[in-house]
Amino acid sequence: MSNTKELQDLTTQVRRDILRMVHKVNSGHPGGSLGCAEFLVALYNEIMDRKDGFEMDGINEDLFFLSNGHISPVFYSVLAHAGYFPVEELSTFRLLNSRLQGHPTTHEGLPGVRIASGSLGQGMSVGIGAAQAKKLNGDDKLVYTLHGDGELQEGQNWEAIMYASAKKVDNLIATVDLNGQQIDGSTDTVLPMGSLRAKFEAFGWDVIDIEEGNNIDAILNGMAEAKSKTGKGKPVCVLLKTVMGHGVDFMMYTHAWHGKAPNDEQLENALAQNPETLGDY
Amino acid sequence: MKTYTYTEKKDTRSGFGAGLAELGRTNPNVVALCADLIGSLKMDEFIKENPERFFQIGIAEANMMSIAAGLTIGGKIPFTGTFANFSTGRVYDQIRQSIAYSGKNVKICASHAGLTLGEDGATHQILEDIGLMKMLPGMTVINPCDYNQTKAATIAIAEHDGPVYLRFGRPSVPIFTPADQKFEIGKAINLTEGSDVTIVATGHLVWEALEASKVLHEKGISAEVIDMHTIKPLDAKAILDSVAKTGCVVTAEEHNIFGGLGESVARVLATNKPTPQEFVGTQDTFGESGTPAQLMDKYGLNSAAIVKACETVIKRK
Repeated sequence: MSNTKELQDLTTQVRRDILRMVHKVNSGHPGGSLGCAEFLVALYNEIMDRKDGFEMDGINEDLFFLSNGHISPVFYSVLAHAGYFPVEELSTFRLLNSRLQGHPTTHEGLPGVRIASGSLGQGMSVGIGAAQAKKLNGDDKLVYTLHGDGELQEGQNWEAIMYASAKKVDNLIATVDLNGQQIDGSTDTVLPMGSLRAKFEAFGWDVIDIEEGNNIDAILNGMAEAKSKTGKGKPVCVLLKTVMGHGVDFMMYTHAWHGKAPNDEQLENALAQNPETLGDY
Repeated sequence: MKTYTYTEKKDTRSGFGAGLAELGRTNPNVVALCADLIGSLKMDEFIKENPERFFQIGIAEANMMSIAAGLTIGGKIPFTGTFANFSTGRVYDQIRQSIAYSGKNVKICASHAGLTLGEDGATHQILEDIGLMKMLPGMTVINPCDYNQTKAATIAIAEHDGPVYLRFGRPSVPIFTPADQKFEIGKAINLTEGSDVTIVATGHLVWEALEASKVLHEKGISAEVIDMHTIKPLDAKAILDSVAKTGCVVTAEEHNIFGGLGESVARVLATNKPTPQEFVGTQDTFGESGTPAQLMDKYGLNSAAIVKACETVIKRK
């Protein structure tokens, strides 16, 4: 898939999936999911070098780890559309006996998921471990991770950030979803983190900014630049500026929809803003 | 009565180091991680022979546990090393989500467990780790009794697919199990045959149980000593077969009586054959500074305490 229009159409369909999934069970996290839709669609369909099928060890293919596991709706939708499991299975999200748990896990054997996440702050360390295993295996493929900006308040991240540069883990691209929102409000009101660029650079990382994190072309260009920085002795951080709730006007620019599902009327309104492209599940 | 003697004392952590070194030579997938305690964990030999397969994480145990989980995704078998306190309680969430819930093949190797860490005191001792680890679904929990058994256990867990908690200690303790033993996870070892009381012991308390059995023998009491090196999965058959002969049991462990081996044995007995039981362990307390021998004495974790518990439980039959 190299056509921006195709990626955009898939993104719109992923948005519809997210909204319908969380609406059906009246739970889940639509805000961050909607904000990361373009990124994950581009990552799985254009940026990552993936093999067909699913193998847990992911040898000789790029790997992705979702650290902020609460945005599982977008992750599941993108995985399903990438062919890991039937798209229809999205209808079981958060239901009893489903493989699509509230937060992703390997426990139920869902193809595409290599580790559980949800309790925040562990994903970068996991990505480092997988990246170091790749080096031991003589595997030159890359490891990608995604983190919430609020998630960086967890101290384990800074252990990992310090370690990755010290140990020259240069086959790792860690992406931070900079939407400026977390459950209790904006990151600036909850716990201001200052300049993440300055912090990552101080810890010895290369940093790429993607100012328009909801623009497919901007993501493709930025990630190409990030990829060109790998293999040069430093881990790479991508600061992806997104809008929480992107694509649904009443969910945008607020933390209110971080973990709240739309009601029937709100769903209808939101879906009308994202007309069907590839077909609903 | 079968008796055990020893000619040498050695620390169980050195058994871990020797086992890890052997794995370094025999299993190319084994990798080791350490949080700034190489010497304490006796990892030097593995590192010298396999520098590319060693990861010095620094003082960052949470990062270490999650990196270990990540390494399994590339097919590696990570052995993490730090003190038992920092191997469990400090990183419970990382172990729970990234290792246990994710079913990752990580071996959590924990030294300086229990009171016998000694002079460092309660901040570095841990008496709750068996409980914390055994409560995690899918986690195997092993607490070997001497140098040889720790070495054998270290080698055996590399062949087991799934998360393992391997617990060992700091001080030198008698070596009394054979050097060529085959370590079978979940299979208890009957060290002595007896008819009056069963002593189920784990870790450093196994030798104390053997010493207690000698004292009991002189008093005309026949004790059966079981080395319960694996606490989870627990060898229920070994316990039930023994109490069918003896009719009472004493459990002995260097751990809080809440959450340890004793409670696991009590569950097996309560659900199969209710049997009088006494618990040798710490009585819901933290430790303190002191020599290992002083602490074992003060907190009742020695052969004398086991003898006393046996005499008590026999009266309750």
